[in-house]
Amino acid sequence: MTPIAPTFFFYFLSAVALISAILVITRKNPVHSALALIVTLLSLAGLYLMLYAPFVTGVQVIVYAGGIMVLFLFVIMLVNIERAMKEEEFNKQWIAGLIASLLLGGLFLAVYFKGRAIFPSEFTKIPEQMNTQQVGMLIFQNYLLPFEIASLLLLVAIVGAVVMAKKKLS
Amino acid sequence: MVPISYYLVLSAILFACGVLGFLIKRNVITIFMSIELMLNAVNLSFVAFASYWQALSGQVFVFFVMVVAAAEAAVGLAIIIAVFRTRQTLNPDRVNLLKL
Repeated sequence: MTPIAPTFFFYFLSAVALISAILVITRKNPVHSALALIVTLLSLAGLYLMLYAPFVTGVQVIVYAGGIMVLFLFVIMLVNIERAMKEEEFNKQWIAGLIASLLLGGLFLAVYFKGRAIFPSEFTKIPEQMNTQQVGMLIFQNYLLPFEIASLLLLVAIVGAVVMAKKKLS
Repeated sequence: MVPISYYLVLSAILFACGVLGFLIKRNVITIFMSIELMLNAVNLSFVAFASYWQALSGQVFVFFVMVVAAAEAAVGLAIIIAVFRTRQTLNPDRVNLLKL
């Protein structure tokens, strides 16, 4: 089976994801961070498509880029951004944070370079037209109980969000 | 075709970016966005492994991770609104008491 996208697209989407992820953590304005995060999420959706996961791509675009990020932007608009912008955006522990995350990234890369021999460079593909159907079968057969628990979790989250965010009636 | 390990390296770098943002930011909304970044990095390695093993369970797990992330975002942002209403700040260093 021929690959659906050349290697160029992997590097392009990775570069977009990385640059916008760095923008997320370096911008001062939360709205700019949120917009950069949307770009990261969309490029990750493209990478999912390259990994033959069209269902996850669709859910990523609809739920993450469409739902969660709109919620983020709503909350940024609801809180008083003018007052929040006057405060310090970065705290004093950025050196410690940089060292910690560099150590973590170094650990990940060390694990990768130690264990790269076990990852073959080629992997065969699932027929992509079956993907959504197969995921649906798996959810409603093998993972039926976790699926129902997830729906309960969402219900609890909705009720909790409404209770916490509503104004006190006095 | 791109090897699976490239996706894992990208996922590791994105996760480290999320950790860095979580540690250095002072705005609680941006800290929340860093958490979403970390969740997405983990999702990427889930999908990469699912595609490598040809086991769709990884993609089902990504679906569940997204469900939990949506619930977390809803509840967390509601807490942020409630905290901002009572304290007028988004700085987590200033929110160090549960009771006013």
